[in-house]
Amino acid sequence: MQALELEHITLDYGRRRVIYDVSLRVNHGQVLVVTGRNGSGKSSLLRVICGLQTASEGQVWLHDDGARQAPLAMRHAIGWMAPDLMLYRELTGHENLRFFADVRGLDISDVTLDALLADVGLAGRGADLVATYSSGMTHRLRYAYALLHQPALLLLDEPSVMLDQSGHELLERVVARQRQRGITVIATNDPRETRFADITLALEEAV
Amino acid sequence: MIDPVLWRATRAIFVREWRSELRNRQALNAVALFAICSVVAVSLGLGPLNRSAELPLVHAAFLWIVLLFAAFTALARVFVIEEEQRTASALRLAAPPTAVYLGKLCFNLVLLLGLTVLVTLLAIVLFRMQVRNPGMAVVMLLSGAFALVAGTTLVAAIIARSTSRGALFAVLSLPILIPMLVTAVRGTALALAGSGWERGASPIQALIAYAVTMFVTSLFLFATVWE
Repeated sequence: MQALELEHITLDYGRRRVIYDVSLRVNHGQVLVVTGRNGSGKSSLLRVICGLQTASEGQVWLHDDGARQAPLAMRHAIGWMAPDLMLYRELTGHENLRFFADVRGLDISDVTLDALLADVGLAGRGADLVATYSSGMTHRLRYAYALLHQPALLLLDEPSVMLDQSGHELLERVVARQRQRGITVIATNDPRETRFADITLALEEAV
Repeated sequence: MIDPVLWRATRAIFVREWRSELRNRQALNAVALFAICSVVAVSLGLGPLNRSAELPLVHAAFLWIVLLFAAFTALARVFVIEEEQRTASALRLAAPPTAVYLGKLCFNLVLLLGLTVLVTLLAIVLFRMQVRNPGMAVVMLLSGAFALVAGTTLVAAIIARSTSRGALFAVLSLPILIPMLVTAVRGTALALAGSGWERGASPIQALIAYAVTMFVTSLFLFATVWE
């Protein structure tokens, strides 16, 4: 993916304007960090970027091979993780990844899935039901979900919340790899994460 | 020719639905309990019915009422549970909408067919319901079940994000389902009474036409509703 472009994005919740007229462009290899206090619209903006939510005004474009497309038309290129992303609790971690690999049409072996689980810090826990995971382990599984298809656009909402020190190391590895692969967008206020920024978008309450 | 990626995604969603269902048994338990309770309660309440020309129609009407309300109990769950457990976003971002619709439709269809077998067997035992043209009854129930599932699965996706889901599901589904239900009841009554295929062909054709129309319409509309 060559670039992510936000074109005059405005987002309203009822009569409350959360985001007003945000336009920017993030190029391959860059990291966009979105900051702002609670309720300023950071998570909502990430949901708009990945197509899970529609902006009240404006458009999100993903530029690839000279063409631009709306996010859901390029769902194969988007990885999203957030604290409110839930995976299937009645399945194991491995079964969850196998399911999402299958629905994405990916040919991934069980060995590769286990390696991905190990990479996010869940080695040996892939056969356990997600319902038995701690909040930190569940958050690590969200990383695996987002990275499964090696997306060109990776959206990380509060990426190290619920994680221990090794979780911060995981985030550093993920961001470093993603700089090679494509674009990263992080919504955070944590200074350990804002330092990844090539571009910073500080959201204030619009109205 | 079905796109292999779409087929694989559809199969994955169908298998995942059953795996989840067999581990928590929410829909299975609710539907089976409803079917058994309603058939037993009505059979005890009514007692043995006198043989008459209207008896096949009474049996057919009862059969489809049980199937309809069991469908209201269970079929909406496939989408409601994704919203309640907040897994819908993960699925929405990963799976093609058509695969989501087809996978969940197939799950609902298998669930309703299992329920149809259960209710029919209970009715045969407890009501002493006679099936004089079994072949036609099977075709009628199959085409009716497909029509019921095709008519309700899209509505289930529409209501999943609303707050008063149960009432809304019934309110939206009923007008869509009434023509299909009337046809299914009359057609099933013909099969129970032992009418020939020449009389049964018309309701079967109507049910299949209804099912195909709803299926194709839903297939086109689903992406808009889901995304």
